[in-house]
Amino acid sequence: MSKHVHTGKCSAMLGDLSEYIDGSLQAEICAQIEEHMKTCDNCRVVVNTLRKTVELYEHCSDNVELPGEVKERLFAKLELNDYLSKADTSK
Amino acid sequence: MSEKVDSDFLVTLQSGDRQAFAKLVEETSTQIYRTARQILGDEQDAEDVLQETYMKALKALPTFEGRSSISTWLHRIAVNEALMLIRKRKTPMVSVDDNMPFDSDEESSGMEIVDFCCLPEKELLTSESRQFMDQAVQRLPETLKTVFVLRDLEGLSIQETADVMQITENNVKTRLLRARLRLRQELAGYYAEKVEKEKSK
Repeated sequence: MSKHVHTGKCSAMLGDLSEYIDGSLQAEICAQIEEHMKTCDNCRVVVNTLRKTVELYEHCSDNVELPGEVKERLFAKLELNDYLSKADTSK
Repeated sequence: MSEKVDSDFLVTLQSGDRQAFAKLVEETSTQIYRTARQILGDEQDAEDVLQETYMKALKALPTFEGRSSISTWLHRIAVNEALMLIRKRKTPMVSVDDNMPFDSDEESSGMEIVDFCCLPEKELLTSESRQFMDQAVQRLPETLKTVFVLRDLEGLSIQETADVMQITENNVKTRLLRARLRLRQELAGYYAEKVEKEKSK
């Protein structure tokens, strides 16, 4: 493990990284970041791991489901029991 | 829901149609529950917020003006409820820098450089690492955590996140960047040992 000793250029690009990995950054600034990464391994690792971090979280977030009994209690609280589909609560 | 469907549906909802309200709950409750659970880190608290959100929505529907989508509106109620619950229970974790302009030098100092992208998926997503990831989100200050949950976990756009939180889009972007960088830093520290092991294979 190493710590990033950054230069002025590294710092300058940090503020744009979120939009860069989202693909919403101006082409001109993207080109500057890509140019910088060719010669700065540390920044390349930071960009790649930042993107990976977001991907990992996106992947995990799909797994949280609304438990059937929580849904049943919600519908009961809202007095919507008549509209609660039986198929949904058998999950 | 498209804008047109949203507006027709809203009229039906506001007329007090119970079936339409049940449909709304059916279609949105998983996302609302997930958002509350991720902000609060607790299933019971999330259920309380879930119920309170729809109770409040039911009451406020007649006066809802439709300036945002119904889904954004529900998220706003849920986020406010969740943050209120946090504030009630503990001393708020005030992060002094949440609304400050992004300071590159400060954020980049001591940054961990561990290339954990090289790890196999099964190493990255063990149940232990998922637990660590959840805990890392919980360690974020509420303002950063809420933006991260809405944008990256629930997939809301920058504009929708700004609408829910009633802050500017630039503020959302700054908070999101901070949240992502902090989580990246946490994961780099967590995966460092695994990366070393992988290298020595």
